Amino acid sequence: MAVDMNMKILIVDDYKTMLRILTNLLRQLHFTNIEEASDGQEALSKLRQDKFDFVISDWNMEPMTGIQLLREVRADDSLKHIPFIMITAESKSENVIAAKEAGVSNYIVKPFNAETLKTKLSSVLGDF
Amino acid sequence: MQKDPEFQEMLAGIRERRGDDVRIEDIGEVVQSMLVSMRGNISSSDMEMFTELESLADYIRLAKREIAALRPDEVKSEHLRTASDELDAIVLATADATNAIMDATELIEAVMDEVEPEVQTKLMAATTGIYEACTFQDITGQRITKVVTALKHIEDTVDGLLNAFGDEITKYREANPKEADVPEVEPTPSDEDLLEGPQLEGKGNNQAEIDALLASFD
Repeated sequence: MAVDMNMKILIVDDYKTMLRILTNLLRQLHFTNIEEASDGQEALSKLRQDKFDFVISDWNMEPMTGIQLLREVRADDSLKHIPFIMITAESKSENVIAAKEAGVSNYIVKPFNAETLKTKLSSVLGDF
Repeated sequence: MQKDPEFQEMLAGIRERRGDDVRIEDIGEVVQSMLVSMRGNISSSDMEMFTELESLADYIRLAKREIAALRPDEVKSEHLRTASDELDAIVLATADATNAIMDATELIEAVMDEVEPEVQTKLMAATTGIYEACTFQDITGQRITKVVTALKHIEDTVDGLLNAFGDEITKYREANPKEADVPEVEPTPSDEDLLEGPQLEGKGNNQAEIDALLASFD
């Protein structure tokens, strides 16, 4: 099945620059419907207010971290089906294991390149 | 050695004033009082302890002087503060630079449709590379945050040291003023003084102020 390039993607990061980079890279990959949130709490509010098809989130944010957001999403019946990619500088094995146990769809370590982003998105969405 | 009521009273007084954390300046006082309070028949083991205590009192006095000479108050008020300010300035400067790079890159992207497909592909690869490289700002920001946290820990430790010393440091500073502490009438900066590197926001002159300063010589 073809990937819907108009799917609604929520990107979450407390660094404005990183949100801007992610938005530009996703646009270069032809995704057009991208929204931003600056921490887990804001992301959760947006997810509960509107329908999203994909979440790409940083880990280290306040007041709600990426892993807390992931757990909230997976615990919510109306949100738990949403694919969730963690994109973070936290590269220790225990972080990856904790994210996997919390139900992460894939995991990208910063700094990353566009090819890695595309590969990880494809692994969740299928080829595009 | 029998417990001396005078000595016990002094210990109780210190405990009441300072709690269980005895200041470094009080340790000398306690040790000295122990030595003075030893009276009556003094055995050889008492003598041994007497000598040990005397050495300890000397050691504490020396350590106090040496630590005070390191000016831990300056470490906190000048060096740590400067280091934190410089790190904050790095974060701001790299964020500004990254945003300027991204502005320019987005401009290139905006005109990509106006060029040949072959050139378009090359420009797309180049702009992708620029976006990827810009992720450095996030990583350096997080690393600098770690350093700032470490500096905060050092600052807390120095605070503890200053607290333990009480007014000992102030006394030392007053008794041993550095040249910089002595006000000069007409300070003339040395060549070394003139090398401070980039100034923090609001500290140095901007170009317009420098032009005005230069013009004032005409």
